[in-house]
Amino acid sequence: MGLVMGTFSMQSKQVNYHKDKADDDLEMTMVCHRPEGLDQLEAQTNFSKRELQVLYRGFKNECPSGVVNEDTFKQIYSQFFPHGDASTYAHYLFNAFDSAHTGSIKFEDFVTALSILLRGSVTEKLQWTFNLYDINRDGYINKEEMTDIVRAIYDMMGKYTYPVLKTDAPKQHVDAFFQKMDKNRDGVVTLDEFILSCQEDENIMRSLQLFENVI
Amino acid sequence: MAAGVATWLPFARAAAVGWLPLAKKTMPKPPVDNSSRSDEILYVNVSGVRFQTWKNTLDRYPDTLLGSSEKEFFYNEDTQEYFFDRDPEMFRHILNFYRTGKLHYPRHECIQAFDEELAFYGIVPEIIGDCCMEEYRDRKKENQERLAEDTEANEAMDAPLPPHSTSRERLWRAFENPHTSTMALVFYYVTGFFIAVSVIANVVETVPCRPPKGSVKELPCGEKYQLAFFCMDTACVLIFTFEYLMRLFAAPSRCKFMRSVMSVIDVVAIMPYYIGLVMPENEDVSGAFVTLRVFRVFRIFKFSRHSQGLRILGYTLKSCASELGFLLFSLTMAIIIFATVMFYAEKGTKGSTFTSIPASFWYTIVTMTTLGYGDMVPNTIAGKIFGSICSLSGVLVIALPVPVIVSNFSRIYHQNQRADKMRAQQKVRLARIRMAKKGTTNAFLQYKEDRDRDSDSTALCVKNKSAFEHQHHHLLHCLEKTTNHEFTDEMTYSELCMTESVGFRTSRSTSLSSQQGAQNNSTGCCPRRARRRAAMRLANSTVSVSRGSVQELDTLHVKTTSIPPQTRSSLNAQADDLKLNCGEQDFTAAIISIPTPPANTPDESLPPSPAPIPGILRNTRATAYTHDTVKISSL
Repeated sequence: MGLVMGTFSMQSKQVNYHKDKADDDLEMTMVCHRPEGLDQLEAQTNFSKRELQVLYRGFKNECPSGVVNEDTFKQIYSQFFPHGDASTYAHYLFNAFDSAHTGSIKFEDFVTALSILLRGSVTEKLQWTFNLYDINRDGYINKEEMTDIVRAIYDMMGKYTYPVLKTDAPKQHVDAFFQKMDKNRDGVVTLDEFILSCQEDENIMRSLQLFENVI
Repeated sequence: MAAGVATWLPFARAAAVGWLPLAKKTMPKPPVDNSSRSDEILYVNVSGVRFQTWKNTLDRYPDTLLGSSEKEFFYNEDTQEYFFDRDPEMFRHILNFYRTGKLHYPRHECIQAFDEELAFYGIVPEIIGDCCMEEYRDRKKENQERLAEDTEANEAMDAPLPPHSTSRERLWRAFENPHTSTMALVFYYVTGFFIAVSVIANVVETVPCRPPKGSVKELPCGEKYQLAFFCMDTACVLIFTFEYLMRLFAAPSRCKFMRSVMSVIDVVAIMPYYIGLVMPENEDVSGAFVTLRVFRVFRIFKFSRHSQGLRILGYTLKSCASELGFLLFSLTMAIIIFATVMFYAEKGTKGSTFTSIPASFWYTIVTMTTLGYGDMVPNTIAGKIFGSICSLSGVLVIALPVPVIVSNFSRIYHQNQRADKMRAQQKVRLARIRMAKKGTTNAFLQYKEDRDRDSDSTALCVKNKSAFEHQHHHLLHCLEKTTNHEFTDEMTYSELCMTESVGFRTSRSTSLSSQQGAQNNSTGCCPRRARRRAAMRLANSTVSVSRGSVQELDTLHVKTTSIPPQTRSSLNAQADDLKLNCGEQDFTAAIISIPTPPANTPDESLPPSPAPIPGILRNTRATAYTHDTVKISSL
């Protein structure tokens, strides 16, 4: 009797399995992106052909389908910060990389962002950073957005820090930031205010040169 | 996912730009990267098969051989490639690991070869991908089991007794491995015989015999010949008790022994007799007494010491405990369900045999195992329907766990077969290895002879000898010079010892002995104790040689207490007070076999070469060889 019940249940299960398999196949075939030609990319970015080749080889090896979705992106980024939780910051990064808001990063997006970050001018870098901080893309950074960002960064540190992380540390950090950046004290930071303030700060200027030779 | 980490690091560093405006402190300086940034193709030549890969690919895993600077050791400047003298087939898999990040285990390869390759290239086997991990683990476990079995078998069977074993250890060993000594073997067979006798007696005494004179009723033989059976039983129990007590005495760990299965069986086999002796003959307890006699049948389990098949069966059942448990559980469930159903289906019928649910259990079991005695049959239609479903499901439920048990049994059985086969082949193999080794090891002694014989014509000695042999002989020669002793052969040495200890002069045909004369004989090079040990060693070594022991060169250790300075002159001159350190020494013998007898001509014109044991050496090898072994003795 139990066997009879068992056989019936097995039947129904099989049907579901077929349906799922079909869905998966569909998904797999749809997503396989090829980037534009090497010459075009070379023209668009500040990388040489060789560098693009190296970058693409690594990219393609890790993501054979040619695109990175948000989960994979989070996973990859989290590997570098095992102590804490890097997923929130990775989410903001993902949105910054995915300039066209398609939900996945293609090789062109990847390389464009890298080109700006590593080979771009100071203004371009600062603009990119502003875009990162401006979560809702309205052109202004307000305190909530900044708090989110700063909290995400502190999350990456994890629990075990020295000195012990206080709960209002992000808030204090944001206040200090606004103190410096918000010139007209209107509670938001615009792009011009941001660039101006950063250019005035020698430390920031110097550190922007840090990652020149990463590739 | 080390590959991922290495590839994405530049991106993670670039993304750090996002932190810069927020930074409270200045950023640290970036590390200086001197390595060439441009990617290049590396050539890797593995036994002639050329592989090419990007440098980056190999750099993904910096803690392996290919990813670290260790590969520079294998770089060949002339051909501008990395050369590895390993298996190219295996290398393919290794390289694929770098490329894809997943290590696969090739199923057709030997697990040990694969492990060795992994160890060479510095790759930890734990990163084998999920697809191949199970197969790898299974094979590895199998291999380890086999190795453990082999070493265990080798140790157990052919290990010679340690020299200072007590009688207790010897007794235990005799019990565990009966074929080590004839006494043990005899005892083994005797106990086996008595077990059989006991079991047969138990069986036969219930057979009805012809009634004794003057009576009509048939009696079982046990009652007719009560005295005879009692005597036989007593004898068997005495033997079993004696055996058990001996085992208990000899066991290295008595508690462990008493807890072991065989010991429990032994106890259960002999207890009924003693309890029967002790118990009074009244009627009330005789019922219990009869029950006790049932336990006598456990004596048949004592056969498992004698039969390996039984042991395998027992071991199989033990290892399939989970499957058996599942079988039992599912059967119980089914029995209860069907018995209940049958009972209620047949409840109304007049004169039904299904009087209660437990009564229906019997029907269910008989039906599920397809026995079908027919003592209980359903009469109603519903009963018949459920009865048929019961029998069909019974077949299925029993058939499910059986293949698992069978496969387990087959695996264990084959393992055992293989162990036996390997033991048999081992002897042949070792004999062959020994013969191959003979050729190399005799060469030195031959060389010495040749050299001493005609020292001027060194060309002869040099003939047909490889550079390796030259160097090896030179090495042995250096050792001789260092210890101021020389290599010799077993025959001469043993002969020397025996004659020396007894104390009379031997007529040796050596020039040395003739020169030294009486001096050699006084203090034997081997006082009695050493000599006895030497004799035992000899016996042991010959035995072990003939039995193909695992260790070809059976070297004992020289324990020297104090070696008085032995110059050549002192050796020759004062053999009297030269104890030659034999007293405190345990010497060892390296057995080197020589196929060909060396030169037979005693050489009178020998220069006084250093003679550790006065009057030994080569020339006495003229005596016939009974066994071709040579002993290197160092005093």
